[in-house]
Amino acid sequence: MKKQNDVILRSVTRIAVIIILTFAINLFFSGHHAPGGGFVGGLALACAITLLFLTFDIESVRENMPVDFKAMAATGVLIAILTGVGGMIYDDAFLTQAFNYYNLPLFGKTELATAMAFDLGVALAVIGTAMTIIITISEDR
Amino acid sequence: MIAAFLILTGALFSFLSSIGLLRLPDVYTRIHAASKSSTLGVLFTLVGTFVFFLFSEGYFSIRLILGIFFVFLTAPVSAHMIARASYSTNVKMFESTADNKSKAVDG
Repeated sequence: MKKQNDVILRSVTRIAVIIILTFAINLFFSGHHAPGGGFVGGLALACAITLLFLTFDIESVRENMPVDFKAMAATGVLIAILTGVGGMIYDDAFLTQAFNYYNLPLFGKTELATAMAFDLGVALAVIGTAMTIIITISEDR
Repeated sequence: MIAAFLILTGALFSFLSSIGLLRLPDVYTRIHAASKSSTLGVLFTLVGTFVFFLFSEGYFSIRLILGIFFVFLTAPVSAHMIARASYSTNVKMFESTADNKSKAVDG
């Protein structure tokens, strides 16, 4: 079968991936007060990468994004556990979450919670697991 | 009021789209019905929802605008890909279709 010219799919993917990535990051950061969070944010980001895999081939995407997704999942689990251990340092129970208000230079008064770090761990684990599954399935030829 | 009218129009367009999906003869005309009018139906419904939340609660939902833009960007492309996949797997057209010149071009 000869290779088809899919210029429409490619050019639309370039725009759509940016929107999906922005939406994924928005979902991730809005998880504390609105629907969203680490799990859906990670899944949406994995969706964007999967769209790239479908449009372009896996090898060229992997060349431009040299991330070891297994190590990424491991890092996510490690971050989640370390935020739990962080509560134990201040004589609290495991997984005790703390938050405080800071004056950041760009955002003004912002609530920073250690739940966000836990969410980051969840997101990394979800992205790593989903991409590992997809890449492993696609690699038998 | 405007929101109710917009959402009703959107539902009507989606209904027309589903009727077209049932009654048209072959896959290409069905894609034509399914992609165009249901995209417009979704557009009207989303704009109606946007207007409703803007005027009743004063909430400017950027996600709805993004959703409208995203549906308008991707729905025609998905219709194009389905039509091209069915063409390249030699799906029969409706009987009275004139012989098309694009057979030589191949997708």
